[in-house]
Amino acid sequence: MPVNVIQSGIMTTIQDMGRPGYYHLGIPMGGAMDRYALRAANALVGNPEEAAGLEAVFMGPELEFTEAATIAVCGGELPPKLNGQLRETWTAFDVEAGDILSFDFLQAGARGYIAISGGIATPPMLGSRSTYAIGALGGYDGRAVQPGDSLPIGAQKAQGRAGKSIPNDLRRGPTEGCVLRMLPGLYWHRIAKKAQRTFFEDTWKVANEADRMGYRFQGGQPMEFVDREQPFGAGSDPSNITDACYPYGSVQVPSGTEPIILHRDAVSGGGYFMIGTIISADMDLIGQLQPNKSVRFAQVDMDQALTARKERKSMLSALRDAIA
Amino acid sequence: MAHQIKSPLPGTFYRKPSPEEAPFKSEGETVAKGDTIGLVEVMKTFHQLHADADGILTSFEIEDAEPVAPGQVIATLD
Repeated sequence: MPVNVIQSGIMTTIQDMGRPGYYHLGIPMGGAMDRYALRAANALVGNPEEAAGLEAVFMGPELEFTEAATIAVCGGELPPKLNGQLRETWTAFDVEAGDILSFDFLQAGARGYIAISGGIATPPMLGSRSTYAIGALGGYDGRAVQPGDSLPIGAQKAQGRAGKSIPNDLRRGPTEGCVLRMLPGLYWHRIAKKAQRTFFEDTWKVANEADRMGYRFQGGQPMEFVDREQPFGAGSDPSNITDACYPYGSVQVPSGTEPIILHRDAVSGGGYFMIGTIISADMDLIGQLQPNKSVRFAQVDMDQALTARKERKSMLSALRDAIA
Repeated sequence: MAHQIKSPLPGTFYRKPSPEEAPFKSEGETVAKGDTIGLVEVMKTFHQLHADADGILTSFEIEDAEPVAPGQVIATLD
């Protein structure tokens, strides 16, 4: 029995953990921008953590349930309302047939993740239900959900999950003065020493061009480049390189002015140099950044990046233990 | 009874459809539920912001082209 979409917010998409393995063909892995939040929401309602849920950016949708289910909303502070009554985020609660789920104004973060017991059961494409809208792949007929859509729900529903709640210290989201850790990369030597310093010293602001493909930042000092003769195949701007692969999380800075972090729906290659890569442990945090928020970057080495990855994994283990 | 119109979106708020055109609404004007009172630019798109009640628009609480946060009051109706 489906969940009916009455309002779809600004952009609500079906997401799971994505479709790794096709990036070399230009198809990004996609999946939840904040994977930790989707895992948490699925774990709360007793779904496999990789089940498909809804990712709602800035505004929640309005949904009508046609059968009983357990749901949870995690990630940004997007307060759910059941038949108009406010409910807790990061906490599982039951819904009945005919109930209407809507949302209050977003209070913090950028994206809320809605898990429904049974999981969303649209047909997987290339191994994932994630919506890659530009490629018309996955999701609901290859697109974001729209009013009038009926979302199929899986039959395997866990029972007795209502009331389960993620402890406060395991609710991960952005704080004011967010710091993103970056490992300098192959082209780091292309910017002058001063630019290598000011990139980490300056406070940057999230621009309006912030979506599933990439996040743009403004407000730091323009970068000066180390002089060189442009190599064969590279464009004439000093930020141009001979076309290369773009890693997820890579930080390109066209013309040395506004850094762009490539995210889950990244393009796979191009001709802009990349000063480094945001570590995997901090990618979820980017998905919870609102435009106009302040951010700083911090330099880490590979050991620190791997330590951060381990810490993130142990946080996920703690979450599983807390709501088992 | 004063009513506040809030923005559901973060981004940049604009009172005009384009820089050369007149504002959607001016202070003192009558607005009806559903009228566009401004735009919010975010994620490479301009989203219309609609009045969610009828009334007289007594004041804008934000300047043109200013940053806006979700839940921020855009205008007050009387």
